[in-house]
Amino acid sequence: MSAPKPCLLVFEDGEVHRGTHFGHDGESLGEVVFNTAMSGYQEVLTDPSYKGQIVLMTYPHIGNTGINPEDVESDGCSLHGFVIKELSPTVSNQRATQDLSSYLDEQGIVGLQGVDTRALVRKVREAGELRAIVSSVDTDPDSLLAKVKAWPGLGGLDLVKDVTRQQAETWTEGLDGPFLPVLGQGDFGDSRPKLAVLDYGIKRNMLRGLYADGFDVTVFPGHTTAAEIQEVAPDCLFLSNGPGDPGAVAYAIETIKTLVHTGLPTFGICLGHQLTAHALGGRTIKMKYGHHGANQPVIDLTTERTEITSQNHSYMVDGDSLDDGMVEITHVNLNDRTVEGMRHKDLPLFTVQYHPEAAPGPRDAFYLFRRFREMVGQHT
Amino acid sequence: MPRRDDIESVLIIGAGPIIIGQACEFDYSGSQACKALREEGYKVILVNSNPATIMTDPELADRTYIEPVNPDIVAKVIERERPDAILPTLGGQTGLNTALALHDMGVLEKYGVEMIGANDAVIRKAEDRELFRKAMDNIGAKTPPSGIAYTMDEALEQMHRIGLPLVIRPSFTMGGTGGGIVYNQQEFEKIAASGLELSMNSEILIEKSIAGWKEFELEVMRDRKDNVVIVCSIENLDPMGVHTGDSITVAPQQTLTDREYQEMRDEAIAIIREIGVETGGSNIQFAVNPETGDRIVIEMNPRVSRSSALASKATGFPIAKMAAKLAVGYSLDEIANDITKQTPACFEPTIDYVVVKVPRFAFEKFPVADPTLGTQMKSVGETMAIGRTFREALQKAMRGLETGLPGLGLGRKDPWLPKAPKRARPTLKELRRHLATPLDDRLPTIRQALKAGMSVEDVYAITRVDRWFLAHIAMILADEERMAAFGSFEDVPASDLAAFKQNGFSDLQIANVFGTEETRVRRRRQELGIVPVFKRIDTCAAEFESFTPYLYSTYEQTTEVEDTGNKKIMVLGGGPNRIGQGIEFDYCCVQACLRLREQGFEIIMVNSNPETVSTDFDTSDQLFFEPVTLEDVLHIWGSQAIEGAIVQFGGQTPLNIAQGLKNAGVTILGTSPDAIDMVEDRERFKELLERLDIPQPVNGIATNADEADKIAMRIGYPLVVRPSYVLGGRAMEIVYDRTGLMKYIENAVDASPERPILLDQFLENAHEVDVDAVYDGELCVIGGIMEHVEQAGIHSGDSICTLPPYSLSDEVQDVIREYTRRLAVEVGVVGLMNIQYAVQNGKVFVLEVNPRASRTVPFVSKAIGTSLAGVASRVMAGQKLVDIGFTKEIIPPHYSVKAPVFPFNKFPGSDIILGPEMKSTGEVMGIDEDLGCAVAKACMACERTLPLSGTIFISVCDRDKQAVIPVARAFHELGFRLMATPGTRKALTQAGMPADIVFPRGEGRPNATDVIANEQVQLVINTPSAEAATLEDEKAIRTAAYLRKIPTITTVFGAAIIASAIESVRERGIHVRSMQEFHGAGAATSAGT
Repeated sequence: MSAPKPCLLVFEDGEVHRGTHFGHDGESLGEVVFNTAMSGYQEVLTDPSYKGQIVLMTYPHIGNTGINPEDVESDGCSLHGFVIKELSPTVSNQRATQDLSSYLDEQGIVGLQGVDTRALVRKVREAGELRAIVSSVDTDPDSLLAKVKAWPGLGGLDLVKDVTRQQAETWTEGLDGPFLPVLGQGDFGDSRPKLAVLDYGIKRNMLRGLYADGFDVTVFPGHTTAAEIQEVAPDCLFLSNGPGDPGAVAYAIETIKTLVHTGLPTFGICLGHQLTAHALGGRTIKMKYGHHGANQPVIDLTTERTEITSQNHSYMVDGDSLDDGMVEITHVNLNDRTVEGMRHKDLPLFTVQYHPEAAPGPRDAFYLFRRFREMVGQHT
Repeated sequence: MPRRDDIESVLIIGAGPIIIGQACEFDYSGSQACKALREEGYKVILVNSNPATIMTDPELADRTYIEPVNPDIVAKVIERERPDAILPTLGGQTGLNTALALHDMGVLEKYGVEMIGANDAVIRKAEDRELFRKAMDNIGAKTPPSGIAYTMDEALEQMHRIGLPLVIRPSFTMGGTGGGIVYNQQEFEKIAASGLELSMNSEILIEKSIAGWKEFELEVMRDRKDNVVIVCSIENLDPMGVHTGDSITVAPQQTLTDREYQEMRDEAIAIIREIGVETGGSNIQFAVNPETGDRIVIEMNPRVSRSSALASKATGFPIAKMAAKLAVGYSLDEIANDITKQTPACFEPTIDYVVVKVPRFAFEKFPVADPTLGTQMKSVGETMAIGRTFREALQKAMRGLETGLPGLGLGRKDPWLPKAPKRARPTLKELRRHLATPLDDRLPTIRQALKAGMSVEDVYAITRVDRWFLAHIAMILADEERMAAFGSFEDVPASDLAAFKQNGFSDLQIANVFGTEETRVRRRRQELGIVPVFKRIDTCAAEFESFTPYLYSTYEQTTEVEDTGNKKIMVLGGGPNRIGQGIEFDYCCVQACLRLREQGFEIIMVNSNPETVSTDFDTSDQLFFEPVTLEDVLHIWGSQAIEGAIVQFGGQTPLNIAQGLKNAGVTILGTSPDAIDMVEDRERFKELLERLDIPQPVNGIATNADEADKIAMRIGYPLVVRPSYVLGGRAMEIVYDRTGLMKYIENAVDASPERPILLDQFLENAHEVDVDAVYDGELCVIGGIMEHVEQAGIHSGDSICTLPPYSLSDEVQDVIREYTRRLAVEVGVVGLMNIQYAVQNGKVFVLEVNPRASRTVPFVSKAIGTSLAGVASRVMAGQKLVDIGFTKEIIPPHYSVKAPVFPFNKFPGSDIILGPEMKSTGEVMGIDEDLGCAVAKACMACERTLPLSGTIFISVCDRDKQAVIPVARAFHELGFRLMATPGTRKALTQAGMPADIVFPRGEGRPNATDVIANEQVQLVINTPSAEAATLEDEKAIRTAAYLRKIPTITTVFGAAIIASAIESVRERGIHVRSMQEFHGAGAATSAGT
């Protein structure tokens, strides 16, 4: 066994963590976030919302089930580094076609293992999502620290442009599997409403869910203008998840503002939810360490039922910034009472901060796709 | 939804005695439920026959009935207490079955008692195989092809339809009793027959075997708002085919992708909804085909279980407590997470460590039993370990198992140690064969196979243990190789040593590789600064701050121990349950925690048994879930300033390391390790007794066969022989002649290699007596004097005993008191001591002195209404009995009777004769003003209900032939028909009593076993002769009676007590009474608090 190559993680405050390297040999800058999901690292890796972030997994054994072609959420990895306690010595799953390290190498993602990930989580919990660098090519902490300090971070950056698709395309893949989440089994007839999806860094399971729930799905680049959307005369609109600071994506806010006020039935998730808040005159704020995991309890205030949700966001909608004459908060996080969902009182529009499409995580909230389908049915 | 105000009182049914498949996890769940419901202001009424439980401490419920957990008795409690609701889901299978019977008897309806948590329809749907299968069909969940049979003909029909191999599962049994995997028709017929007999409704499920599939469990909770959460996923290292209780299990699951896991999760949620468990926890088991990913539902338990206790300890999410709160109306979002305080319980714990549970077996106690693991549970306990990696957790678990292994391998006698002779190593061929059958030593065998050069693929092909687990085991072995490559321990660089420690290697393992001492490894390691840190179990992977110090050790950078600066006392627990060391010691540890916390101490609890109350993070101030070994305990000791450690309460486990702890600088509270040695070392003990002028049976010590022979000739047969330093009478035997002695010496070498063999005169016809006492350096107070009903020679843990004594004269009792006091003073006991006496013809002999908490402490505490362990813990912390207010022996005005329960039904073919080697797994207590009724209750509680009429079979040895006459007459006058073997019959007819003749085996039919097998007799009196020749006959009689649950009495005085018990019950009937009434309100805890 050849000695593993060292790899360093250096924070903006100068704290250095040494471990060993896997995946791509290189270095990258990012803001460190931790994800508490115990399974689903493949979905995490391929979630475009992690653009610009170094993702730390709290579960210590990662890579157990390798990589398979079915469970990817986008064309590749957008994150800026992957930090774990330990890479699996083997791949044990009947669907796996590749091991994690070689996959990350192909994707150009630097992996760091063998560090006290729990200590890192506690650090992030106390200090917030700090800037950092992960490197297997430069092992000089001073030089690495200088690079971190020279990097301004993600605030105010439009990251959507880096992850959105460049061409509009139709989507016709649904869901399969023995135990499917709740899907639109209502009688919607044969006609599929024409759905325009704005891709800010969309996860594929949203598209699969929308298609499975009876929509005729066309996905547009995130920078598509309201006029361009209106040209195709969709029946309804879907706003996807995506990375970074929502305040920095002014063009998307403009588009949304115009379209929702035409009365187009609209559903937004995650960044789509935050952009909608801006479009309705609200504000978003950066959270200390965000919500990244698969066990976040969210209560639906209209039914008083709790759902265990998958989440990935570092910004949140400031509930106080919303005009409560116009917007109703429909979902709240039970852990910290933050806004998790809202509904427009007059327009056919609702959004959620969390991820009903799951992948990874529980599929408790999949019913929202059906709720959207029903809403569209009532308005078309 | 807030708490329900329409109910005010709740009845909780406990699980009764500890048996295989139903252990102290139900004390943990029951205690949590009692506490949770009382916190909410409900009146709690509890029924449990097990006195060794914390839940039966009178402070835990408003009304505590230590009465048999049987529908007739619980009906009496209901009639008396009129509870509004019954919570049946916390008392294991016993609780469910009893509640179901009460429903079927119409008792619940008659008194308007509502079943909460799960009602009769739900229980039936989950427990009845056919209803369950239909329910699964309804939601599209797959179950194995199967069929139901009520008769052997139906069973054979199903066998032909489905095709072998098959699994047979009897309905309504616990631990899979009576089931198994069968590969041919002969096996099929045998197992089907036993299953039909053991099933409560004569029903067996026959299903296609899916042995070799991956096995998973999910712990699911649901509330009245229909919120459902998965508390924990568990993956079994042992694939399908080995009962999950006997499997090594790992949390969380390791080999499913998120998509596969979420499908399983959704299916689990659909199942709990379909079965209709309205509130509470359930355990659902799945099998997954490793090649295709196909998933099948195996079963569901609509109640808390062993797995839910494990899941609670593994995650920090207290399932039973939550289940109780949900049952009375709360929803998950309304309950706070105990650990984070600020977030609600409505979430799914995420963990950032790996948990490994390893079962502990007791086949050494049942030498003829088949150690093959299958669908019937055979383990008697378990240990759990936590590490940041699977490897670390596995090695910790293996040493926490306390079977002599310091980790996965590298024990002192490991043939794979670098310097061990190669010829001692099993061959590849032997190992292959050994691997083919899952036995209790499967994991060590897998290690050996990999050591011997088998590949992970080879081992996988034979065992179907997932490659992921095998790859990690191979990593451990690679470390072993790497270690061995260094010339000496001093050559191991610090970075490598740190890496070995991260992979879970103990100092002892490392020492063994280099043939050095553990202390040397420890010293150098400490010099190098390689010490563990402690991480918290916090339900959330550190996402939120945790307020509950629930910790485990690992080798990483930052520690999460916070030294409060308070005065701290460390209590060492007993590790995994085994025969001879179980819940009784956990009871003592918990009492110590509770009482010393009241006195203002901060308590640090150390234990590795996930079933226990002591490992509830509520019990102590800081819980360290760690193996109770010298190394691990020293790490904790070094983590903060601690006043002292209590080693008296956890049984032999902490005592074994007491000297080592002391040598390493740990302050041992209470009796000193030297004092313990004074009574455990036979030579020193003998001198002590001579000095105190206290008789003991004539004895001698032999280091070889010749010496033994000479000593035996001097003392005379029969003899009690044993190795020194034993608990639970391990490897102790009575030998009747020279042949027996020589055979014992030949076999006993392995039991305790460095210790000589002890030979004691066996006192025939003696009454054995147990005494528990407390001494504080000034005052010695007797806790209780217990007189055994069995003759001397049967292990005290296996004996029926009464408190107060039923036949000892006042003079004899005073002698016992005096001897006890003298011994306490001379030994220098601080805290508890237990002394075993034998009384022969009025003369008192000391058999054994144990200066520690004994197995009888909880029983005595319940009998006298004062917690002896609580008192003793305060004495150990420096208080005086006068200040505690416990200055006088309490002689209760009622009788308490303790009776043991045995696991023989799990070990077909084992010898049912009792002897000096302990075999019982648990105990019950009967309490009543009337001795006879107390005896009858104890018999009933261990499922040996005394007949009130019928036929009694009597066969006694020659010296009892006259003594038995008055007893026989008593039965005759009670209207019993008598049956007897020729010799006994002659004595009876001469005394004027008619008796039918029954032949001894081999002398004619019908013989004794015939009439027992035909259930023509309802009671057996069989006193064993001391002659080896008749032992086989007696064994056959007892075995037959045991299997049919026919009470069997082995002493004449025992028989007399039974006769008077039957008379009492016929005259007075059975009445129930709560502990609060027996001991008066608050009296029970007055001395202890």
